[in-house]
Amino acid sequence: MTSSAFPARTSGRRFHFLFNRAWQALWVLPLPAWLLLFFAVPLGLLVAISFWSVVNYRLTPDATLSAWRYVLGLDFLWASFWRSYGLSMASAVAISLLAFPASYAMAFVAAPRQRLILLGLAIAPFFTSYLVRIYSWQVFLTEGGVISSVIQAFGGKGESLLNTYFALFLGHATLALPVVLIMQTIALANVDRTGISAAANLGARPGAILFRIILPAARPGLTLGLLFAFLLSYAEFVSASYLGGGTFQTLPILVTDLVRAGQQWPRAAVVSLLMIASLLITAFVTVLWAYREKG
Amino acid sequence: MTHNIITTRRRLIKGALAGAAVIATPAVLRAQGRRDLSMLTWAGHADPDVIGAFEEAHNVRIRAKEYVGGDQMLAQMAQSPAGTYDVILSDAEYVVQLQQAGFIEPLTPEDYPFDDFFPEFQNFRGHWFDGQPYAVFLRFGFLGLSHNRAAMSEAEARSYRTMWGPQHEGRIGHFDWHLPNLGSLSLLNGNASPFDLDEAHWAKLTETMMSLRPQVRGFYDYGGMLSALRSGEVSAIPGIGDWITGVLARDGADVTTTIPEEGGLQWTESLSIGARSENQDLARTFIQYMLSPEGQVKTATLKAYPAMIPTRAGWARLNDELPGEAQRQNMVLNGPNALDEIRAGRIQLRELPVQQSLETWNDAWTRYKNA
Repeated sequence: MTSSAFPARTSGRRFHFLFNRAWQALWVLPLPAWLLLFFAVPLGLLVAISFWSVVNYRLTPDATLSAWRYVLGLDFLWASFWRSYGLSMASAVAISLLAFPASYAMAFVAAPRQRLILLGLAIAPFFTSYLVRIYSWQVFLTEGGVISSVIQAFGGKGESLLNTYFALFLGHATLALPVVLIMQTIALANVDRTGISAAANLGARPGAILFRIILPAARPGLTLGLLFAFLLSYAEFVSASYLGGGTFQTLPILVTDLVRAGQQWPRAAVVSLLMIASLLITAFVTVLWAYREKG
Repeated sequence: MTHNIITTRRRLIKGALAGAAVIATPAVLRAQGRRDLSMLTWAGHADPDVIGAFEEAHNVRIRAKEYVGGDQMLAQMAQSPAGTYDVILSDAEYVVQLQQAGFIEPLTPEDYPFDDFFPEFQNFRGHWFDGQPYAVFLRFGFLGLSHNRAAMSEAEARSYRTMWGPQHEGRIGHFDWHLPNLGSLSLLNGNASPFDLDEAHWAKLTETMMSLRPQVRGFYDYGGMLSALRSGEVSAIPGIGDWITGVLARDGADVTTTIPEEGGLQWTESLSIGARSENQDLARTFIQYMLSPEGQVKTATLKAYPAMIPTRAGWARLNDELPGEAQRQNMVLNGPNALDEIRAGRIQLRELPVQQSLETWNDAWTRYKNA
């Protein structure tokens, strides 16, 4: 009797245990599934395509290094690479600096309810298409456009601002500023207030509080904001072609040129892989720095 | 007599009933018999203004797949199963590639009004193989130096050389395609056949192109060129023509195209029938329609980009119906017209590079953009 009861209880416990495990697995499963579906497989495909060839405008599976040889042999490749990298890094730094006072005000001056409303307003531009927002910048920046008319009214020359770095930067900022605002605000809002009060009570000046208490504490969030601004600007194609007018030849423009001209998908894949590699290195270094232990 | 009246009355009633039945037939029923004609084309050619009457008359719906540039068109053909496209509108220089790849059907010369064509378009280069046409010349235009009059006068535009002037620094725009740009600069270099260059002349051409780079404001697509030229953002764009400035002039912008003394290029668009198309009869009827005076006037005044037309009957109809447009496009019947430019040898056909590969020209262009 008893001997038969024991196995039943253990099997029930085991079932329970297994059920728990399965239940957990079910919830964890999306992570590897998504990673596989949206990261590993496309990346693998991109790597594979970079070894394919194009025969009569048709992408043909192959195992050739010709696309790699072609792209790495381009004499302007590294000039374009550093131009892309430098321009987007400059934009990322400028956007972060520009966003900081606003984020600071939202985190420390605004009441929580106001902060919510202000953050909502910061997200509002996402409700219109990015392409539309970029096109509308053209109306402001072009010769005889809104900005140049205003400058002319005050006696200036009022030349077109299109195809300048300023125009390109506006495009980058249109894309990245809201994201940076949100990330910075969250980072600053989460800084421990007791540290700030203690410093103030001990007579620290506002500058010292900012640089020695707030900035170090919010560093991970602020750095991630910078990183996101960089990622978004680096891969940006629309404002590079419509506001930069192709004057600033960046890698995303090179990718589209390679595809358009003779359907050179393998070469475009090589450039994309170069971009992904440089992004990964940048992201890795930045994250390491953001979370490094205070020395 | 009465008998006659009765029969006519009967006939009348019969006819009226039949007519009423046709009118009363729901559109759905008529749509059942409707056929589809697929067309691979540059943008704007499937505008209801152009094909609406044809669709109505033949109870057909034209499904257009639009492409940008000959490379994309060839890629589209290569990637689609044979018979996907019934009608193909392509730039004339790509017809040879379409023919060699077996993407298009040979045509019967008697089906098309070649006799009505002006002589220079009858046996058009790259369209006939072994006495059989593979494409029918539909429309054409000239490419020169398009400029905003406020920034560059017609007198200045008489030479491509003017683009290097200090007053145009950072004011030259480019259509983002190598062929017309390199072709125009090749004319400037004095090459009689601008696309047939030996190694030395090709090297010289890339050198000429690179020296223009500091003057360049930007590289544009169709829409970008329209706004840049209209606003005066750029003072001139080489290698384009009335297909851009005509659209702007229609809206009252102060822009025009001048064919410089070094010469201009001719672009040409032609119609072909796709290999193994299942609607070859309908495709033929469509091409015939586009070459009829009615179709010719419609394609000449295409909203997306106007063009000149190759048929005499088309010219007559255009002069009759829209004398202003005939005048503007230089297609007047009595007096000097666009054909004189061709006959004076000032116009060269835009072609694919003869001695270099397309890829070489493409690479040079990418290099120029990235410089």
